[in-house]
Amino acid sequence: MIWIVKNLWLIPALPLVASGIIAVNKQPKRKLAAGLAIGSMVAAFLLSLCAFAATLGHHGGEHGAFREVFGFNWIQFGGQWMDLGWVLDPLTAIMLVMVTFVGTLIFIFSIGYMAHDQNFMRFFCFLALFASGMLGVVIANNLLLLFISWEIVGLTSYLLIGFWYHKPSAAAAAKKAFITTRIGDLGLLLGMVWLYAETGTLNFYDHGKGCLEASALSQMLAHATIGGLAVSTAIGLLIFLGAVGKSGQLPLHVWLPDAMEGPTPVSALIHAATMVAAGVFLVARVYPLMAAGALVGEHGAPVTTALTVVTWVGALTAIFAASIAVAQNDIKRILAYSTVSQLGYMMMGLGVGGVAVGMFHLITHAFFKALLFLGSASVIHGCHEEQDIRKMGGLKKYMPITFAVYAVGMLALSGFPLFFSGFWSKDEILHAAHGWSVSQIPFYLGCTGALLTAFYMTRQVALVFFGAYRGHEKESSHGHSAHSHSHSSESSHNHDPHESPAVMTVPLVILAGFAIVLGFVGTPAWPWFDGYLTGEAIKLDFSKLAETAGLMGISALIVISGLTLGWILYGNRQRKTAGEKDVIEAAVPAIFKVLQNKYYVDEFYDATVIRFNAFAAWFCDFADQWIFGGLVLIVKYITIGLAWLYKFTDEYFVNLGFDVGCDSLRQSGKGLSHLHAGRVQTYLRIIGVALVALILFLIWGHKP
Amino acid sequence: MLAWTIYITFIGVLVLMLLPRDNARAARIVALLTAVLGCAVAFVGAIQQTNPGEVTTIVKADWIPAIGAKYFLAADGISLVLVVLTGLAAVTGILFSWNIEKRTKEFFAFYLALIGGVYGVFLSFDVLLLFVFYELTIIPKYFLIARWGSTRKEYGAMKLALYSFVGSHLVLIGMIAAWVVAKGQLGHASLNLVELSQVAFPIAFQHWVFPLVFLGFAILAGLWPFHTWAPTGHVAAPTAGSMLLAGVVMKLGAYGCLRVAMLMFPEGVRMWQGEIACLAVGGIVYGAGVALVQKDFKFVIGYSSVSHMGFVLLGLATLNTIGLDGAVLQMFSHGIIAGLLFGVVGRMVYDRTHTRDFNDLEKMNVGKLLPFAGITFVIAGIASMGLPGFSGFVAELQVLMGAWAVFPKLTILSGIGIVVGVAYTLRAVQKGFYSDVPAEAPHHHHEHPLEPISLPEKVGAVMLIGASLVVGLFPGLLMNWIEPCFKSSLFKRLLEGGSL
Repeated sequence: MIWIVKNLWLIPALPLVASGIIAVNKQPKRKLAAGLAIGSMVAAFLLSLCAFAATLGHHGGEHGAFREVFGFNWIQFGGQWMDLGWVLDPLTAIMLVMVTFVGTLIFIFSIGYMAHDQNFMRFFCFLALFASGMLGVVIANNLLLLFISWEIVGLTSYLLIGFWYHKPSAAAAAKKAFITTRIGDLGLLLGMVWLYAETGTLNFYDHGKGCLEASALSQMLAHATIGGLAVSTAIGLLIFLGAVGKSGQLPLHVWLPDAMEGPTPVSALIHAATMVAAGVFLVARVYPLMAAGALVGEHGAPVTTALTVVTWVGALTAIFAASIAVAQNDIKRILAYSTVSQLGYMMMGLGVGGVAVGMFHLITHAFFKALLFLGSASVIHGCHEEQDIRKMGGLKKYMPITFAVYAVGMLALSGFPLFFSGFWSKDEILHAAHGWSVSQIPFYLGCTGALLTAFYMTRQVALVFFGAYRGHEKESSHGHSAHSHSHSSESSHNHDPHESPAVMTVPLVILAGFAIVLGFVGTPAWPWFDGYLTGEAIKLDFSKLAETAGLMGISALIVISGLTLGWILYGNRQRKTAGEKDVIEAAVPAIFKVLQNKYYVDEFYDATVIRFNAFAAWFCDFADQWIFGGLVLIVKYITIGLAWLYKFTDEYFVNLGFDVGCDSLRQSGKGLSHLHAGRVQTYLRIIGVALVALILFLIWGHKP
Repeated sequence: MLAWTIYITFIGVLVLMLLPRDNARAARIVALLTAVLGCAVAFVGAIQQTNPGEVTTIVKADWIPAIGAKYFLAADGISLVLVVLTGLAAVTGILFSWNIEKRTKEFFAFYLALIGGVYGVFLSFDVLLLFVFYELTIIPKYFLIARWGSTRKEYGAMKLALYSFVGSHLVLIGMIAAWVVAKGQLGHASLNLVELSQVAFPIAFQHWVFPLVFLGFAILAGLWPFHTWAPTGHVAAPTAGSMLLAGVVMKLGAYGCLRVAMLMFPEGVRMWQGEIACLAVGGIVYGAGVALVQKDFKFVIGYSSVSHMGFVLLGLATLNTIGLDGAVLQMFSHGIIAGLLFGVVGRMVYDRTHTRDFNDLEKMNVGKLLPFAGITFVIAGIASMGLPGFSGFVAELQVLMGAWAVFPKLTILSGIGIVVGVAYTLRAVQKGFYSDVPAEAPHHHHEHPLEPISLPEKVGAVMLIGASLVVGLFPGLLMNWIEPCFKSSLFKRLLEGGSL
């Protein structure tokens, strides 16, 4: 076993240790905190590169892709050892590199963004802890270890969303995020419990004994459960529920847009690049379970009930969230809904095309979405904490670097043809969806989503960077420094937006570079990424490009028409003031309102689930106070009542009886003493009478 | 060796009684020394026990020969876990009641008497002896609440005593019946648990006597719907009282269920296992639901105890090794975590702010004023939600795994409790410590700054967090004690069945 496999645990352990050291340092030591966190991430990144290198060069080998596992016993569960362990395979390696690299850049960016925050130390402590949990998810070779890390991720996400807990909206958003994802986690937990009950192991790969390997899979396929589903499918769906929660898929997507209340680097790290991708990664990890017993479709992608569900959920989420993004005005919320939508694409990609298709989009998206979020952080920072795009405009002039990189990110997200990574990865998904044997609807949904994506991104960029700056209106209306509490000293002189410092722009430029070049590792002509994950040999073949040219043309056409439409509506006709109505709002107010209110899903949940829950809880409380508590009170009062009754009987019956008894005793004593006078004849007479009475009683009294 | 836990504790009670009335400091020190000594003995004794799977006799002497009662103290791994828990709870409880000024001496005397009784229950292998120790704990409980308690203390104390006595009577009836039948089968009178656990009680007999005994004990374990003594009792009790009630007294009930009712009447359990599981899940969901709408901070913790104890009972009802393992581990875990939560709410917050009402706490921003209390509560809350890394996760996971094999639908239902558990914990964290309601009268707490968290509190909190973390990360430490028990001959009949 090579050393990197044995020591893979170091990758999550390094940030964990860093986080621990930061946590126990009482005095504010900003440099130490940032240094430790970033240092640990850089070290983890270097180790990840080693791990990545180890997995390379296995294309076309006889054993397929590289895979080595390492495990150790943790505890005995009911007489069986429960192992924990990690696995190194291409899926792990590529995620490790992505998470540590993007993470490092975001950490560096955060130094600038959080420079004025009082709780700088705490922020880096949480960030490092988060990274550790996320890396744990990635390396886990065991559903239990994955779940443990998964929960650390959920917890730190809660802590980071609620980082500014003095803001009511942040506190509420944090709570909402935790509870909503926890609902999904419950599915994962139950899936895990069931999986263990079926296979007796939670190890993914264990030299033939793991739960994702052939023998366990066929065993699970053989059993059927409710509704004729194979057990493997049912377990797969429960695990998918966990992914739905974490990755903000329908119907548990509601937390993700609200989570934008956290500091923006957090949004970039957690809600774009890594955590939300954990759900997609989870599905990719347990893909063999999802695909078990598949009827192989005509294009080679397996079709199962579980994967069909994944596809539909993904496709619906993609179009649903994209349409909401069209009507949002908060720069981060637009990106948030776009994230939800893109995660939908990834799920769809997994469902219709397999691991490589979904994962490719995950990786490219991580880069360009982190870029967009950090870009928006730079914009927000430059505009004195303003997040409403209606109050921006013309920033191209003030923030040229930010504008340039943001444009790259926007084109990548929109899927601008040929030169941007988003085009290649999205195209692969659409291509797979086109070939999906079950239904063509996901393909059309995906295409419509792509149109909307290009449209809302153009709208955003046009409103933010083009036209004239509309932010000055704000200051005249409610005074300066209302929002710019953190850095008022420099900005109070100059209300114009300003470009961000180098510590913020350099990471942006690097990300922008990757947002372009990454696409070329997964083109149809040279599907290196695909081959890397599956371990198949690949070669450069431009004729493949021609085969898919038709679809690519359609996809390019869609994107370009979205961009053009957006530019016509928003770029060409710039709004004059911040208060002006949106173009679509003016045209179709009813639809715009529904979109702006996110299809009223939150309101729907408030009216149903939450109200029901509140009612049930209230009812239980009522029952406790008045029914169960009442029983005790009744017992109490009955006891007290009985006590009164006893006292009463005591005084008036027992005591009375006693007194009467005493009296009568005395009386009878007198009478008896009268009898006991020693008159023998009387005794004899009494005995005689008694004897007669007895005989008479025996004669008549015992007649049956 | 382990028997000294009991003796030391009662010697401590005696010494306390001999102390002068007004020397509170001496009383505290004596109490702490006693508890620390007892805890140390518990630890050393537990570690010294080489074979935790078998029942190891400590003392065995004739007591009441006429009925076969013996003074029989012994321990197996399950006892060890709970004795160690009692030791930890005793020490931390005293640390969290360092500020008791009212009749300090009597307070700690009652406190130690309760602890002594608890040690006794966990170490008795004679049914009558166990019962006597069990009854012995009721009296100090009553006085601790009725004298040193707060909100509706007489009501709480009365309710607790009433429920406890009803439970004890059920147990007593069952015990006498079992004694009579066993005498007929064994040919001699016996109250020895090991012996009784091998007696083949007739099925019809087990059918009615098991629920009596089980219910009698389970009332104290907070079995829904006989749980209502728990929240009111917890709320009314002084901090250390709630810590002990939730930490160890509820475990007495669960322990009695396992050790007496289930061990003696294995067929009875099998007949009633579904009903028990239903009530357990009822408790999990119901407790969590009620906790969600409480306005009093302590009631939240009180109801969360009902919910968490539901997992213990669910684990017991599974009748498989993994579920029972989880149940015992959950007893330990809940003892530690509930103790910590009550410590924070009762001592750190209530004793300083004099309110437990969320509406008041929301305006105080306690998390800023008492950062240590805030962080401790967050950590305790994380542990209570069953997040990995803390003891609760390993325990609840095992219970769920055990339960899935027997009651898959109920297991899913219990998941609602887990989700609501997150909701009420987060609600408590935010309302209690990190509220978003702006302070109405900011001058209020400038005038009376809250007294900072004292050293004994910090030590107690760190001890409990540490215990939960250590067990969460290295569950093997306790599992090595618990696991062999369920493989031993003592539990064979319960787990494998078919004895009749």
